[in-house]
Amino acid sequence: MTKIRNFSIIAHIDHGKSTLADRLIQKAGLVEARLFRDQILDSMDLERERGITIKSSTITLPYISKSGEEFALSLIDTPGHVDFSYEVSRALASCDGVLLLVDASQGVQAQTLSNLYKAMEHDLAVIPVINKIDLPSADVARVKEQMDKELGLDPDLAILCSAKDGIGIDEILEAIVERIPEPKGRPENPLAALIFDARYDSFRGSIVTCRVFEGTVRPGDVIRFMSNQANYKVEEVGIFRINREPRDQLSAGEVGYLIAGVKTVSDTRIGDTITLQSNPAPAPLPGFKDVKPVVFSSLYPISSDDYPSLSDSLEKFKLNDAAFVYQKDSSAALGQGFRCGFLGLLHLEIVQERLEREYDQAFIMTVPSVQYQFTLEDGSTISVDNPQYYPDPIAIASSAEPYIRATIIAPERYMGAIMKLCMERRGVNSRFSYPAPGRMEILFDMPLAEVIVDFYDKLKTVTQGYGSFDYELIGYRESSLVKLDILVNGEKVDALSLIVHSDRAREWGVRVCDRLQEEIPRHQFKIAIQGAIGGKIISRSTVNPFRKDVTAKCYGGDITRKRKLLEKQKKGKRKMKMVGSVMIPQNAFVAVLKTKND
Amino acid sequence: MTEFAHPGLYVHVPFCKTKCPYCDFTSVTSLSSIPDWLEAIKKEMLLYRDRFSRFDSLYLGGGTPSLLPDRDLADLHHHLRSHFPFSPDTEFTVEVNPDDINSSKLAALRDLGVNRISLGVQSFDDQELRFLKRRHTVDQAVKALDGFKDAGFAKVGLDLMYGLPGQTESRWLKTLEQATSFNPEHISCYQLTVEERTPFGVLQAQGEMKPLDEEAGSAFFVLTSAFLEEKGYLHYEISNFARGEENLCRHNLKYWQRVPYLGLGPSAHSYRDGSRWWNLRDLEGYCRVLAEGKPPVAGLETLTPEQVYLETILLGFRTRDGVDREIFRNRPGTEEVLRHLRQAELVHNVGGRVVPTIKGFLVADSLPLLFAN
Repeated sequence: MTKIRNFSIIAHIDHGKSTLADRLIQKAGLVEARLFRDQILDSMDLERERGITIKSSTITLPYISKSGEEFALSLIDTPGHVDFSYEVSRALASCDGVLLLVDASQGVQAQTLSNLYKAMEHDLAVIPVINKIDLPSADVARVKEQMDKELGLDPDLAILCSAKDGIGIDEILEAIVERIPEPKGRPENPLAALIFDARYDSFRGSIVTCRVFEGTVRPGDVIRFMSNQANYKVEEVGIFRINREPRDQLSAGEVGYLIAGVKTVSDTRIGDTITLQSNPAPAPLPGFKDVKPVVFSSLYPISSDDYPSLSDSLEKFKLNDAAFVYQKDSSAALGQGFRCGFLGLLHLEIVQERLEREYDQAFIMTVPSVQYQFTLEDGSTISVDNPQYYPDPIAIASSAEPYIRATIIAPERYMGAIMKLCMERRGVNSRFSYPAPGRMEILFDMPLAEVIVDFYDKLKTVTQGYGSFDYELIGYRESSLVKLDILVNGEKVDALSLIVHSDRAREWGVRVCDRLQEEIPRHQFKIAIQGAIGGKIISRSTVNPFRKDVTAKCYGGDITRKRKLLEKQKKGKRKMKMVGSVMIPQNAFVAVLKTKND
Repeated sequence: MTEFAHPGLYVHVPFCKTKCPYCDFTSVTSLSSIPDWLEAIKKEMLLYRDRFSRFDSLYLGGGTPSLLPDRDLADLHHHLRSHFPFSPDTEFTVEVNPDDINSSKLAALRDLGVNRISLGVQSFDDQELRFLKRRHTVDQAVKALDGFKDAGFAKVGLDLMYGLPGQTESRWLKTLEQATSFNPEHISCYQLTVEERTPFGVLQAQGEMKPLDEEAGSAFFVLTSAFLEEKGYLHYEISNFARGEENLCRHNLKYWQRVPYLGLGPSAHSYRDGSRWWNLRDLEGYCRVLAEGKPPVAGLETLTPEQVYLETILLGFRTRDGVDREIFRNRPGTEEVLRHLRQAELVHNVGGRVVPTIKGFLVADSLPLLFAN
């Protein structure tokens, strides 16, 4: 009888999670060495390029323990960036234990802490692993001390490992078998399976990844999604190896996939419980949190003809990315589009890139915004995540914006630089502690709006890569907010408006005008760019026209050549959006928020 | 400007005594292949016999058509006249180099019925002529111009070039002054355009010749236009000026007004019924293919409505006739673009047409993009 273990690897970014996963897969003999490609679970090009896991993947590894027992070890990979904490929690809910991976030279970092807390919330067994012990800079004793003092884990239980050199892999596999509990649940109970991931396949419909907690599901069963009572007949169930492998059934404790011809994308909802129509579970499974987007931006097709195609792509994309939300939106400048919610700016960028690469969409993305709250004179409160809906200033009694508590861990010598950065970003209420000699933990309360754009990049720069960062939302605080409008050749471009703190309004106005001046190419005429608050101009810049581009001759043979050149330029124009008679490059809408790459 | 509905006929004479370092037109310096070329042209004529209605312009360009021996020129002309119908008032232009002109050449051209001369003067400055590696001197150009007057050619046009490296505005003005002193019917002023595969192109790529910057090019252009308009010339196309409506180059207008034309000879382009086609560029290949009895066509395209739209704008904005407003009807967004272009004084409305200003002429190459979908 094969025994089951379901586990995940959690770590701070770059601590070697994907490499360890690769080693475990190799050890299980699922892939021949010569076919091995690094970072098997990072299946998207984007993941491999950026070196991060965006989508969680799952794989079930066969393993025979030293005692001779057969095991099926399901590794549920988790995303490694702070934006994706929801995906992490979703994956963790399907596990019974985790490997907590810590880099032997970098030690405990901000996300090590936050990931450990999440594992504890789910009451999971924790196996500490110290990775990269092969590095010359590895300091195992120091990391063990951090584990004891900062994480409260027994350092003697930590496994020493070098995923790169294959050291410690056997010990890890044995520890998974010994220290992670066997899943509970009974195959004969009513079916209760938790959906924690889904992909869309245009031939087969939704491919649902789930953890079966109770009961058994087989092809031919009629299943029910408990949230909306939709019923479907199961076509195939199976487990993940390198590819999908069909099985006769999935039973309590197992992790695998299910295909039931679900073509209605909105029917498969991450976090929903699957049961059987004939013998339903008494209640849905608990443990999944609502996804709350914190950053919002609008998407507009470059050509209005592409609206239906963009709409279709978003619907399909949504299935593969539970954290992504969207609804219809429209703009005077850009026409019909969609307002989208993201977990953070990295998430936004990833969605943007995936829609372009995988779905071949050309669109404009507007300046990201957080969700603000306005209490009006009549006592009502409204939430605004789109500057277009900034209320009439006369009617506003008070306004508030979301704050986060930032946790930064870095060597002590960077304290000054970190303080300066956080204060510039309106950080308040700072606290410090020294968890270990030479290391600082700095806490700051900061407006989320100040963090979403390039805070992490800046932090990395000022700490030369040694600073780590994590945050949690701590609610709304009162804040003096104004709306900054941007006018291009005298016309307000609603998609460029920003809600900003009044103290920083001028600074933002200047910054946006300067950035647009760089982003908008020269035209045949002068382009005036202005920043305005309530009709008062607070900043301006000018894009000077080009003077001459005409070629002297155009006779018989030149006509075709000239037209072909124009047709080529027309394709380049696909990356631009006409606002009035000004062509604004696609990237300008997001670029205005970023500080210059200096 | 009058619409010309009759088609035009162009013949490419691809021979030069020497190659000019800026020129990228098809030409060879070996005159020994003139007989082959003439035979080939005659064959090509047969391909288009009866396929065009009456031509009202004939243009011999090159190359250097004035290099052709009188006998060959007469032979060519005879065949053209016997294969194609021409209207009685046909504009018959020949491109001429000043050093090819003598009294017998003038007489030969007159006898054929040539009524318009396009003289490649380029400059009234010997130093500049040497830089351009022209074969003639200022003196020869002056003599040629006097000769045309005496021989009684109805229309004479001059080709001039500006924007040479180191050329000042006052030096260019001197050339313009001298050109207008002959009171020619037509003047073409081309800014030196350095093409990649020419000796000048190589010099520029090596950094030994600097292209004129945008500001200076624009200043030359505006100066030229102002000077010649003041002298009574109409600036009717980017590079072309005519002393009165009656002196516009009828043949060249056909290119910009999308009127059909037939081009014979290597590298010549043709247009009719929404199709454009072009001949093989190299003389040898052109002759060989025709000797095999096949058309010497290197490529053909049939324009889509969108391409016609783009072309109409791109060509229209090169002329002071502009573009018919009707073509923007039912094109969303174009009204707003036009409004901005008017505000920026790049175009104005004249009757039912959108007409470029001098500022508009300067950016005529990129204007169509604003209207493209």
